[in-house]
Amino acid sequence: MASISREEVAHLARLARLAVTDAELDVFAGQLDIIIGSVARVGEVAADDIPPTSHALPVTNVLRPDELRPSLARDEVLAAAPAAEDGRFRVPRILDDPE
Amino acid sequence: MSAVLSAYDDVITRYAPVIGLETHVELGTVSKMFCGCSTSFGGEPNTQVCPVCLGLPGALPVANAGAIEATIRIGLALNCSIASWCRFARKNYFYPDMPKNFQISQYDEPLCTDGWVDVRLAGVVHRIEIERVHLEEDTGKSLHVGGATGRIHGATHSLVDFNRAGIPLVEIVTKPVAGTGAQAPEVARAYVTELRDILRTLGVSDVRMEQGSLRCDVNTSLSTVDSEVWGTRTETKNVNSLRSVERAVRSEMIRQAAVLDAGERVIQETRHFHENSGESTAGRSKEEATDYRYFPEPDLVPLAPAAEWIEQLRGTLPELPSTRRQRLQASWNLSDPEMDALANAGALDLIEATVAAGAPAEDARKWWLGDLSRRANEAGLELGELPVTPAQVAQLAGLVTAGRVNDKLARQALSGVLAGEGSPEEVVAARGLEVVSDTGALGTAVDEAIAAAPDIAAKVRGGKTAAAGALVGAVMTATRGQADARVVRELILARLTQN
Repeated sequence: MASISREEVAHLARLARLAVTDAELDVFAGQLDIIIGSVARVGEVAADDIPPTSHALPVTNVLRPDELRPSLARDEVLAAAPAAEDGRFRVPRILDDPE
Repeated sequence: MSAVLSAYDDVITRYAPVIGLETHVELGTVSKMFCGCSTSFGGEPNTQVCPVCLGLPGALPVANAGAIEATIRIGLALNCSIASWCRFARKNYFYPDMPKNFQISQYDEPLCTDGWVDVRLAGVVHRIEIERVHLEEDTGKSLHVGGATGRIHGATHSLVDFNRAGIPLVEIVTKPVAGTGAQAPEVARAYVTELRDILRTLGVSDVRMEQGSLRCDVNTSLSTVDSEVWGTRTETKNVNSLRSVERAVRSEMIRQAAVLDAGERVIQETRHFHENSGESTAGRSKEEATDYRYFPEPDLVPLAPAAEWIEQLRGTLPELPSTRRQRLQASWNLSDPEMDALANAGALDLIEATVAAGAPAEDARKWWLGDLSRRANEAGLELGELPVTPAQVAQLAGLVTAGRVNDKLARQALSGVLAGEGSPEEVVAARGLEVVSDTGALGTAVDEAIAAAPDIAAKVRGGKTAAAGALVGAVMTATRGQADARVVRELILARLTQN
């Protein structure tokens, strides 16, 4: 019983900017199904008196004072970039539809 | 689609607007939201970045306590409830201005909710309800290359500076504001003005719209005046001055009315406001609603501000603008509309400073709302941008009170001050503007005026003292307005009626 459809996988792939072939859609749909099914088992033991949680640690308010710390040197920053220009990161055209 | 644009006055007879405002405020913290990089404006590109704000693998964010405090103080000043427990969330999207491919924001658990702020317009109070105040991080800045004048359309590539990425950004969202009718554009402007003044008073941001530390998105919809159902809204972005907040609402109301009049429907979309033309153009359509896949930020633990902390922050709130206005209004003895006119002209600080420099409130008000407002208007400047200080205005008022200059001479002295000739005292001395009340010096001019108009002199001698006005005028002309008119009149009557 598939709980995730091919269309949903295609949608997620688009959102994640992943190129996925038709054949892969079937494979991933099946694999994701198994993953979701495994995680869903948590629901079998969860009771009403156990609130949902997003963090494993019972810790709150981890803050730092508003103080400066050294930044990186620009050469170092741009060294890892595929392309740089005028001290900035150079990125490909953002819009597909040149007017 | 060649819909005819209706004039605004016509639009509001048939349609009722609902507006909503989303305001982004860059906080004035020293360091960024989740790392210790500097937030200062105007640095060389990519010199205020580190592994955290560049989203390098393995780098972990830690929230800035100063930013949290500032946001709670904003919430308190806007009469909000402060969450006792909330989380940050990841907003996932691909755009080069966020190096992580997500923005840390807040989603369904904002830090502050359900507040309000009252704005006053021409003696009427409009209560603007605040939906939420949440904290997020600002994005980087893109420079588009190869297209026309830096536009993204037609660009061959873009260059990104991440100095701004990660600066704490507070988003303040109003509930929909209905029922303001024809005043909707002015209410929108008054709200953003009030918000700016509150934020400035709190000292949490430098709130400079022209530098982007205060940015506004304006939602507008129209429905027919008798309709219970609100229309489809658009969101206008890029509204970067107080004046443009008003213009953006007005132009969008006119545009939507034309669409509806043509029997078409308004499309829910993002529109971009253009400062020069005052018009907006369509941006991306909301029909293909963006799927941000928000989820709780796993790298940051929840935030649970203790009640004691919140109360301690409440204790740090300064006198807020509305309270201050009430206090000043009472001490200056002004009516509601008088006070609103003064506040809307941006003259509050200036008048207060002028009074502090020794001028009576009425004189200070008269100068700033009268002559100085007119001159600011003519020069296309805000009042505060005129090259004259409150202390100089107080000095000028003092010269008038002391009888050393009359109103006309005072205005000439003011021209000198604005032209950079020095203080009012200095201009009066340099230009020789002081009133001549020395009876000896004026005697000759009076004698000449009487000699030049024997018929009028005869009338005055005959008991028609009212006719002396013409002689006073002649003396004033002869002395180029510098004579003390009261003294002149006394001299004339003394010469013509004491026989």
